[in-house]
Amino acid sequence: MISISPRALATGSDPSLASKLDLNNLAPEQVALDINKLNLYYGKKQALNNITMSIPKGQVTAFIGPSGCGKSTLLRCINRMNDLVDDCHISGEINLHGNNIYNKHVDVAELRRKVGMVFQRPNPFPKTIYENVVYGLRIMGENNRRRLDDAAEKSLRSAALWNEVKDRLHESALGLSGGQQQRLVIARAIAIQPEVLLLDEPTSALDPISTLTIEELINDLKKQFTVVIVTHNMQQAARVSDQTAFMYMGDLIEYSDTNTLFTTPQKKKTEDYITGRYG
Amino acid sequence: MDNLQIGRHISGQFNEDLERVINNVMHMGGLVEKQLSDALASVEQGNIDLAKQVLSNDYQVNNYEVRIDNECTRIIAKRQPAAGDLRLIMAIVKTISDLERIGDEAQKIAKVALESFSSSQQDLLVNLDNLGRRVLEFLQLSLDAFTRMDCDAAIKIHQMDEKINREYEALMRQLMTYMMEDPRSIPQVMTVIWSARALERIGDRCQNLCEYIIYFVKGKVVSHSTAEDIKNLEAK
Repeated sequence: MISISPRALATGSDPSLASKLDLNNLAPEQVALDINKLNLYYGKKQALNNITMSIPKGQVTAFIGPSGCGKSTLLRCINRMNDLVDDCHISGEINLHGNNIYNKHVDVAELRRKVGMVFQRPNPFPKTIYENVVYGLRIMGENNRRRLDDAAEKSLRSAALWNEVKDRLHESALGLSGGQQQRLVIARAIAIQPEVLLLDEPTSALDPISTLTIEELINDLKKQFTVVIVTHNMQQAARVSDQTAFMYMGDLIEYSDTNTLFTTPQKKKTEDYITGRYG
Repeated sequence: MDNLQIGRHISGQFNEDLERVINNVMHMGGLVEKQLSDALASVEQGNIDLAKQVLSNDYQVNNYEVRIDNECTRIIAKRQPAAGDLRLIMAIVKTISDLERIGDEAQKIAKVALESFSSSQQDLLVNLDNLGRRVLEFLQLSLDAFTRMDCDAAIKIHQMDEKINREYEALMRQLMTYMMEDPRSIPQVMTVIWSARALERIGDRCQNLCEYIIYFVKGKVVSHSTAEDIKNLEAK
């Protein structure tokens, strides 16, 4: 009888052995956002060509691609930010829980409560740190001091900022460093408990250490939210995301799990872009 | 080198780094090939000077390994290669380690030339020479495939190792018989056995080189795949 040592049997939690999601065949409960034949035009110019993809729940999905490829446009479609752009029209569907967000009856303010967004440059309001975080809750009609305090602490802790600001919650948010301001903005976005968090190049204005802090934070956030991130930094996409979508000239060229995309991409264009051969 | 497409990066410095490291691997491969053919020639001709030269030249192979290894580490740290570039660097790091070991095996073979064989024992060496030629051919073909990163060639020559193993086993049986018939020849036969073993190991390492080429081109690790599975890759 051959006995196998327990060490040989222990597979541990090796991420490379984790079962990959089949992105073309997700179960309905695994899907956070289902984008279906999405076309977007700025005037006569088509910026997104027939994008179809499913973004899985509780994971980080990154959009990469050269400037002007449509990745930010696609991200902004997810909470209808493009509604604010004149001359922009859209066809196709984006389904959140099976409901098309482009349906006529959708309340856009309510949609944006469910789908929060953080931008490239930190944009705190000229108010105190505390007021920044609870701003969304106040708008939603929450005035109970204790509940607001709890929410502020919880959000700031989730955004890995609590220890740095707990003694100066009532000072101006504009006195924080760039990296802290960006984490404050993330705290503000998550205070209202969105389901999806959209990050549009969230670290491009930050120093390397703040960038790493935010990346670490993104990894923690996916336990509670579905995160979609647009980044110019390919190494960042490789570090933080579970899925990566490569876009080029408005087309979705390749969408697969990040480990595969960065080691054995299937499309020549993807390979050229991630290895720095694309001009 | 064309299908490596290393000259197409936006960063000219990255192109230069990769070209330099690939050229070094080719020089190292050429040197190892020469070491093996010199070792085999020294045994065949009983040329002690040539054998000593093989022994003293091994440091050059080692130097190449260290230099290329450092270069690859630097490229990984500074350039963060991805996809094909990453697989190329990984394949190179593994290739040079196998080439260095082939160099060591060549040294072992050269030591046979330093032993004295009586004229009646010369036919032992003839058989060794046959195996040696086949292994040298395998090494040359592997290095050629590496130079062109030719996956189809790598898949084809990958199977040569099986033939080498069969020849090695036949040689072993012959040597056993030799020892049983004439126990006084055991010390010399043992020397031949060690070098036959070295040649068989070189065959295994050439097979590894082919696997690294397949890994680079197809992105598949085939070290533990069956010969049938590897052959099927050719069609894909």
